[in-house]
Amino acid sequence: MNSAIRCIEITKFFYEKRSGSGSKGGLLGWGGKKRRLTAVDSLDLEVKRGEIFGIVGPNGSGKSTLVRLISTLLLPDKGQIEVFGLDVVKEKFQVRKMINRVSVDAAFFKKLSCWENLSYAARLYGVPIKEAKGRAIEILKTFGFQEGKINQPMENLSRGMQQMVAIARAFFTSPVLLLLDEPTTGLDPKSKRQVQEFVLKVREGHNSTVLLTTHDMDEADRICDRLAIIDQGRFVALDTPENLKLMVKGEREEVSLEEVFMELTGKGWEEE
Amino acid sequence: MGQVISELKSCYAFVERNFNLVKRYLGWEIVFMVYNIVNALTIGFIGVTQGRERVLYLVVGAMIWGFLSILFHEVSESVSWERWEGTIEYTFMAPVHRFTHLGGMCVYAIGYGIIRSVVLLFVVALFFNLSLQNANFAAALVILMVSSLSFIGLGLIAAVLPLMSPEKGSQATHIFQALLLLVSGVYYEISVLPRWIRPLSVVSPATYTLRAMRAALLEGRPLGQMGNTLLLLLVIGLLLIPLGLFIFNLAEIYAKKRGKLKRSG
Repeated sequence: MNSAIRCIEITKFFYEKRSGSGSKGGLLGWGGKKRRLTAVDSLDLEVKRGEIFGIVGPNGSGKSTLVRLISTLLLPDKGQIEVFGLDVVKEKFQVRKMINRVSVDAAFFKKLSCWENLSYAARLYGVPIKEAKGRAIEILKTFGFQEGKINQPMENLSRGMQQMVAIARAFFTSPVLLLLDEPTTGLDPKSKRQVQEFVLKVREGHNSTVLLTTHDMDEADRICDRLAIIDQGRFVALDTPENLKLMVKGEREEVSLEEVFMELTGKGWEEE
Repeated sequence: MGQVISELKSCYAFVERNFNLVKRYLGWEIVFMVYNIVNALTIGFIGVTQGRERVLYLVVGAMIWGFLSILFHEVSESVSWERWEGTIEYTFMAPVHRFTHLGGMCVYAIGYGIIRSVVLLFVVALFFNLSLQNANFAAALVILMVSSLSFIGLGLIAAVLPLMSPEKGSQATHIFQALLLLVSGVYYEISVLPRWIRPLSVVSPATYTLRAMRAALLEGRPLGQMGNTLLLLLVIGLLLIPLGLFIFNLAEIYAKKRGKLKRSG
């Protein structure tokens, strides 16, 4: 088994209330006129074990939906997803033991301290508390996080620090598959760089597989082994960053991934 | 055995987390506690002119309702709370069985409810100089524990509503709780209710809890004389908990199909 993730013709629809239909949405939001949106459209994907695989695309292109499908938070409408050969729908409990996820908004109990949040996570993932504390401090130190701040309420920490704690929380459970859903969005350049360095370090040290979604083309270019460009729920290209650039280079001396995106989708990067 | 220990540890994660939240929201905890105490006292004063027994009747009603509504509220609002904090996805993707997750919430709710009720009892007893010499506390404790099962079951069923509809679901749980207060004979005999509403009193487990608790605390009635009520409460609890878990499981599948586990739902 060389695949960390296998998606076979995955499709996910959502239903949105039609605006201006005069519908009140009915009891508990049921009823009322709705329209179907295709968030992920017949996607096939194979991420190899130990790979850092990037998915880039604008807002609403289906990146986060795909991550939620893999992390058992959504059920696909069509198709099948396997994580290390396990079906994410039928064997969700086993899959959950192997994965962890960092989302764009650091999901914490804001009034609880950094350590209280981490100890909650440790108990959920069955990591002994002492061991968890040691590992968390070790990871946080690599980000320059002062040990004394571990007892500070999360709401007193900056956005960058909160995101670092989120990353530490994901890593100290030693996931074999790490789902990073725009982990550096909103971080300052220095914090961004630290997170990127850490992802590279973890891959080397722990042989984890990383699925990274990002808006940041430079980040994708820098750390991903392979990249998929997603638009309107479909992959428009999938290859190494270098090969993607070669695809559209033509006579130009150098092209950026942003230019690759524009060329392949016919859209500007900020258009969506 | 290892699996059971592991689940118990996970269960403790929710208990510890919630007591940590209580510490961090201590200001609000004090506000709620003071409000509860004042509420019970004002209700007790209504009965002062009608004699000591009436005061006890009202105060016991206020205390038992306080405990049962804490159980119901903590369990039914567990989803809404996580959604508000933004941690709902993190908790739902953790390798923890839903039974363990909800079990942890229930254990916390019972512990938290007992602490609040003991404080309330202490203050109210001081204020009204209550004497509970005839009370059968052991019987009251058994009734309370057995009744907790049915309220946990109701809480689990109600917790489904915020899972399916983030805002309206939470509103619906409050209406449900208010209806229980109306029909269960918390401060008055259910015989004073309009005839058409009384069937709701019959199906509310709080009706039987309050009746049995008053019998134990005010009359000192032994458990043996309340066997039928106790059995009924036990049966309701044993039916409602698996039913609640089953419905919760269906609602979780629905939420995952419709993408409602997100913070905004």
